[in-house]
Amino acid sequence: MHSFGYRANALLTFALTILALMCAIASFSDNFNFPSPSAQIQIVKFNWFQKQVHGNDEVSLTMNITADLQSLFTWNTKQLFIFVAAEYETPQNSLNQVSLWDAIIPAKEHAKFWIQTANKYRFIDQGSNLRGKEFNLTLHWHVMPKTGKMFADKLVMSGFRMPEEHR
Amino acid sequence: MDWQGQKLAELWMQVLLIVFAVVAFATGYIMGSFRTMMLIYAGGVVFTSLVTVPNWPFFNRHPLKWLDPSEAEKHPKPQQQVVASKDKKKSSKK
Repeated sequence: MHSFGYRANALLTFALTILALMCAIASFSDNFNFPSPSAQIQIVKFNWFQKQVHGNDEVSLTMNITADLQSLFTWNTKQLFIFVAAEYETPQNSLNQVSLWDAIIPAKEHAKFWIQTANKYRFIDQGSNLRGKEFNLTLHWHVMPKTGKMFADKLVMSGFRMPEEHR
Repeated sequence: MDWQGQKLAELWMQVLLIVFAVVAFATGYIMGSFRTMMLIYAGGVVFTSLVTVPNWPFFNRHPLKWLDPSEAEKHPKPQQQVVASKDKKKSSKK
Protein backbone atom coordinates (compact mmCIF):
# COMPACT_ATOMS: atom_id res chain seq x y z
CA MET A 1 0.00 0.00 0.00
CA HIS A 2 3.05 2.24 -0.21
CA SER A 3 2.50 3.61 -3.72
CA PHE A 4 -0.27 4.95 -5.91
CA GLY A 5 -0.14 1.91 -8.19
CA TYR A 6 -0.27 -0.58 -5.33
CA ARG A 7 -3.28 1.11 -3.76
CA ALA A 8 -5.11 1.36 -7.10
CA ASN A 9 -4.43 -2.32 -7.76
CA ALA A 10 -5.56 -3.42 -4.30
CA LEU A 11 -8.73 -1.35 -4.58
CA LEU A 12 -9.63 -2.65 -8.02
CA THR A 13 -9.04 -6.26 -7.05
CA PHE A 14 -11.10 -6.00 -3.89
CA ALA A 15 -13.88 -4.06 -5.66
CA LEU A 16 -14.18 -6.71 -8.37
CA THR A 17 -14.16 -9.53 -5.82
CA ILE A 18 -17.07 -7.89 -4.03
CA LEU A 19 -18.83 -7.30 -7.34
CA ALA A 20 -18.60 -11.00 -8.16
CA LEU A 21 -19.98 -11.81 -4.73
CA MET A 22 -22.89 -9.36 -5.19
CA CYS A 23 -23.73 -10.95 -8.54
CA ALA A 24 -23.62 -14.41 -6.98
CA ILE A 25 -25.99 -13.34 -4.21
CA ALA A 26 -28.28 -11.63 -6.75
CA SER A 27 -28.39 -14.85 -8.73
CA PHE A 28 -29.08 -16.82 -5.55
CA SER A 29 -31.93 -14.47 -4.63
CA ASP A 30 -33.85 -15.79 -7.65
CA ASN A 31 -34.44 -18.97 -5.67
CA PHE A 32 -36.85 -17.09 -3.40
CA ASN A 33 -39.14 -16.32 -6.32
CA PHE A 34 -41.84 -18.95 -6.73
CA PRO A 35 -43.46 -18.15 -10.07
CA SER A 36 -47.01 -19.11 -10.95
CA PRO A 37 -47.21 -18.59 -14.71
CA SER A 38 -50.41 -19.37 -16.57
CA ALA A 39 -51.11 -19.90 -20.26
CA GLN A 40 -53.86 -21.05 -22.56
CA ILE A 41 -53.65 -21.94 -26.21
CA GLN A 42 -56.70 -22.47 -28.40
CA ILE A 43 -56.58 -23.60 -31.98
CA VAL A 44 -58.83 -21.25 -33.90
CA LYS A 45 -58.73 -23.30 -37.07
CA PHE A 46 -56.63 -25.51 -39.28
CA ASN A 47 -55.95 -23.34 -42.33
CA TRP A 48 -54.89 -26.20 -44.52
CA PHE A 49 -53.55 -29.71 -44.18
CA GLN A 50 -51.75 -31.44 -47.02
CA LYS A 51 -49.24 -34.02 -48.07
CA GLN A 52 -46.07 -32.64 -49.62
CA VAL A 53 -44.79 -34.01 -52.95
CA HIS A 54 -42.23 -36.19 -51.16
CA GLY A 55 -44.79 -37.54 -48.72
CA ASN A 56 -44.45 -35.51 -45.53
CA ASP A 57 -47.56 -34.12 -43.90
CA GLU A 58 -47.69 -30.38 -43.45
CA VAL A 59 -50.33 -28.43 -41.57
CA SER A 60 -51.02 -24.74 -41.11
CA LEU A 61 -53.03 -23.63 -38.11
CA THR A 62 -54.10 -20.46 -36.33
CA MET A 63 -53.74 -20.22 -32.57
CA ASN A 64 -54.92 -17.97 -29.77
CA ILE A 65 -52.17 -17.70 -27.19
CA THR A 66 -53.02 -16.14 -23.83
CA ALA A 67 -50.32 -16.04 -21.18
CA ASP A 68 -49.42 -14.33 -17.96
CA LEU A 69 -45.70 -14.82 -17.34
CA GLN A 70 -45.15 -11.75 -15.18
CA SER A 71 -44.33 -13.82 -12.10
CA LEU A 72 -41.26 -15.19 -13.88
CA PHE A 73 -39.65 -11.77 -13.81
CA THR A 74 -37.43 -10.87 -10.87
CA TRP A 75 -35.01 -7.98 -10.44
CA ASN A 76 -32.33 -10.24 -11.91
CA THR A 77 -34.23 -11.15 -15.09
CA LYS A 78 -33.03 -9.74 -18.38
CA GLN A 79 -35.59 -11.28 -20.70
CA LEU A 80 -37.69 -14.34 -21.44
CA PHE A 81 -37.49 -16.48 -24.50
CA ILE A 82 -40.72 -18.38 -25.10
CA PHE A 83 -41.79 -20.80 -27.76
CA VAL A 84 -44.77 -22.96 -28.54
CA ALA A 85 -44.02 -26.48 -29.65
CA ALA A 86 -46.36 -29.16 -30.93
CA GLU A 87 -45.48 -32.49 -29.34
CA TYR A 88 -46.75 -35.85 -30.47
CA GLU A 89 -45.81 -39.50 -30.71
CA THR A 90 -45.22 -41.48 -33.88
CA PRO A 91 -44.15 -45.09 -34.48
CA GLN A 92 -40.58 -43.93 -35.31
CA ASN A 93 -40.15 -41.40 -32.50
CA SER A 94 -41.56 -41.45 -28.99
CA LEU A 95 -41.43 -37.64 -28.94
CA ASN A 96 -41.63 -35.27 -31.87
CA GLN A 97 -41.28 -31.57 -31.11
CA VAL A 98 -42.08 -28.99 -33.76
CA SER A 99 -41.57 -25.36 -32.90
CA LEU A 100 -44.53 -23.33 -34.17
CA TRP A 101 -44.05 -19.85 -32.75
CA ASP A 102 -41.58 -18.01 -30.55
CA ALA A 103 -41.04 -14.61 -28.99
CA ILE A 104 -38.69 -12.67 -26.78
CA ILE A 105 -40.24 -10.83 -23.86
CA PRO A 106 -37.89 -8.00 -22.87
CA ALA A 107 -39.78 -6.62 -19.87
CA LYS A 108 -42.30 -7.54 -17.21
CA GLU A 109 -44.87 -5.13 -18.71
CA HIS A 110 -44.99 -7.25 -21.86
CA ALA A 111 -45.25 -10.57 -20.07
CA LYS A 112 -49.05 -10.57 -19.89
CA PHE A 113 -50.26 -10.83 -23.44
CA TRP A 114 -52.76 -12.21 -25.90
CA ILE A 115 -51.97 -12.95 -29.51
CA GLN A 116 -53.71 -14.60 -32.42
CA THR A 117 -51.22 -15.98 -34.89
CA ALA A 118 -50.71 -18.56 -37.56
CA ASN A 119 -47.75 -20.85 -37.02
CA LYS A 120 -44.59 -18.82 -37.55
CA TYR A 121 -42.49 -21.86 -38.48
CA ARG A 122 -43.70 -24.65 -40.76
CA PHE A 123 -45.35 -27.60 -39.08
CA ILE A 124 -44.07 -30.58 -41.05
CA ASP A 125 -44.04 -34.17 -39.86
CA GLN A 126 -41.20 -36.58 -40.67
CA GLY A 127 -43.53 -38.82 -42.60
CA SER A 128 -47.26 -39.05 -42.94
CA ASN A 129 -48.49 -39.50 -39.40
CA LEU A 130 -50.51 -36.38 -38.76
CA ARG A 131 -54.00 -37.43 -39.88
CA GLY A 132 -56.24 -37.62 -36.80
CA LYS A 133 -53.15 -37.41 -34.56
CA GLU A 134 -53.56 -36.29 -30.97
CA PHE A 135 -50.95 -33.75 -29.97
CA ASN A 136 -49.94 -31.40 -27.18
CA LEU A 137 -49.14 -27.73 -27.49
CA THR A 138 -46.41 -26.88 -25.01
CA LEU A 139 -45.36 -23.41 -24.01
CA HIS A 140 -41.64 -23.53 -23.17
CA TRP A 141 -39.80 -20.64 -21.59
CA HIS A 142 -36.18 -19.87 -20.90
CA VAL A 143 -35.51 -17.27 -18.25
CA MET A 144 -32.37 -15.30 -19.04
CA PRO A 145 -31.02 -13.66 -15.90
CA LYS A 146 -28.72 -10.68 -15.74
CA THR A 147 -26.26 -12.76 -13.74
CA GLY A 148 -26.24 -16.45 -13.02
CA LYS A 149 -27.70 -19.55 -14.47
CA MET A 150 -30.32 -19.62 -17.19
CA PHE A 151 -33.25 -21.87 -16.41
CA ALA A 152 -36.18 -23.26 -18.34
CA ASP A 153 -39.62 -24.69 -17.70
CA LYS A 154 -42.81 -25.41 -19.60
CA LEU A 155 -46.59 -25.71 -19.51
CA VAL A 156 -48.14 -28.59 -21.39
CA MET A 157 -51.60 -28.19 -22.92
CA SER A 158 -52.98 -31.44 -24.20
CA GLY A 159 -56.03 -32.70 -26.00
CA PHE A 160 -55.61 -31.28 -29.50
CA ARG A 161 -56.41 -33.37 -32.53
CA MET A 162 -55.45 -33.07 -36.19
CA PRO A 163 -58.11 -33.15 -38.91
CA GLU A 164 -58.86 -36.64 -40.20
CA GLU A 165 -58.34 -35.78 -43.88
CA HIS A 166 -55.98 -33.68 -46.00
CA ARG A 167 -57.52 -30.51 -47.34
CA MET B 1 2.38 7.96 2.75
CA ASP B 2 3.72 6.81 6.13
CA TRP B 3 3.17 3.43 7.81
CA GLN B 4 0.15 4.54 9.81
CA GLY B 5 -1.27 6.15 6.67
CA GLN B 6 -0.92 2.91 4.71
CA LYS B 7 -2.72 0.98 7.40
CA LEU B 8 -5.45 3.62 7.48
CA ALA B 9 -5.81 3.64 3.67
CA GLU B 10 -6.22 -0.13 3.53
CA LEU B 11 -8.77 -0.14 6.34
CA TRP B 12 -10.78 2.67 4.78
CA MET B 13 -10.69 0.99 1.39
CA GLN B 14 -12.11 -2.26 2.72
CA VAL B 15 -14.71 -0.64 4.98
CA LEU B 16 -15.96 1.80 2.32
CA LEU B 17 -16.23 -0.84 -0.40
CA ILE B 18 -18.12 -3.27 1.83
CA VAL B 19 -20.47 -0.56 3.09
CA PHE B 20 -21.20 0.59 -0.47
CA ALA B 21 -21.74 -3.01 -1.59
CA VAL B 22 -24.24 -3.65 1.21
CA VAL B 23 -26.09 -0.38 0.59
CA ALA B 24 -26.13 -0.96 -3.18
CA PHE B 25 -27.41 -4.51 -2.86
CA ALA B 26 -30.10 -3.60 -0.34
CA THR B 27 -31.31 -0.64 -2.43
CA GLY B 28 -31.27 -2.62 -5.64
CA TYR B 29 -33.10 -5.56 -4.11
CA ILE B 30 -35.77 -3.42 -2.47
CA MET B 31 -36.32 -1.27 -5.56
CA GLY B 32 -36.15 -4.35 -7.76
CA SER B 33 -33.59 -2.67 -9.97
CA PHE B 34 -30.31 -4.33 -10.87
CA ARG B 35 -29.24 -1.14 -12.60
CA THR B 36 -29.59 0.91 -9.41
CA MET B 37 -27.38 -1.58 -7.57
CA MET B 38 -24.68 -1.32 -10.23
CA LEU B 39 -24.80 2.48 -10.35
CA ILE B 40 -24.57 2.87 -6.56
CA TYR B 41 -21.71 0.41 -6.37
CA ALA B 42 -19.86 2.04 -9.28
CA GLY B 43 -20.22 5.40 -7.56
CA GLY B 44 -18.94 3.83 -4.36
CA VAL B 45 -15.86 2.44 -6.10
CA VAL B 46 -15.07 5.84 -7.63
CA PHE B 47 -15.56 7.58 -4.26
CA THR B 48 -13.41 5.00 -2.46
CA SER B 49 -10.60 5.34 -4.98
CA LEU B 50 -10.69 9.13 -4.63
CA VAL B 51 -10.42 8.79 -0.85
CA THR B 52 -7.81 6.05 -0.54
CA VAL B 53 -5.64 6.07 -3.66
CA PRO B 54 -4.15 9.62 -3.79
CA ASN B 55 -1.54 10.51 -1.18
CA TRP B 56 -3.71 12.87 0.89
CA PRO B 57 -2.11 14.88 3.74
CA PHE B 58 -4.05 13.00 6.42
CA PHE B 59 -2.15 9.83 5.49
CA ASN B 60 1.11 11.59 6.47
CA ARG B 61 0.52 12.57 10.06
CA HIS B 62 2.98 10.05 11.53
CA PRO B 63 6.30 10.78 9.78
CA LEU B 64 9.25 8.55 10.66
CA LYS B 65 11.79 10.22 12.93
CA TRP B 66 15.28 9.33 11.70
CA LEU B 67 18.29 9.92 13.92
CA ASP B 68 20.29 13.02 13.15
CA PRO B 69 23.53 12.17 11.24
CA SER B 70 25.67 13.83 13.96
CA GLU B 71 24.07 11.48 16.48
CA ALA B 72 25.27 8.48 14.47
CA GLU B 73 28.84 9.80 14.36
CA LYS B 74 28.93 10.06 18.14
CA HIS B 75 27.99 6.38 18.43
CA PRO B 76 30.05 4.54 15.80
CA LYS B 77 29.47 0.89 15.05
CA PRO B 78 31.28 -1.60 17.28
CA GLN B 79 34.84 -2.12 16.02
CA GLN B 80 34.77 -5.95 16.16
CA GLN B 81 32.67 -6.27 13.03
CA VAL B 82 35.17 -4.23 11.03
CA VAL B 83 38.06 -6.41 12.23
CA ALA B 84 36.21 -9.60 11.43
CA SER B 85 35.46 -8.47 7.90
CA LYS B 86 39.13 -7.52 7.35
CA ASP B 87 40.23 -10.97 8.53
CA LYS B 88 37.90 -12.60 6.06
CA LYS B 89 39.21 -10.57 3.21
CA LYS B 90 42.78 -11.50 4.07
CA SER B 91 41.98 -15.17 4.42
CA SER B 92 40.22 -15.19 1.08
CA LYS B 93 43.24 -13.60 -0.61
CA LYS B 94 45.55 -16.28 0.74
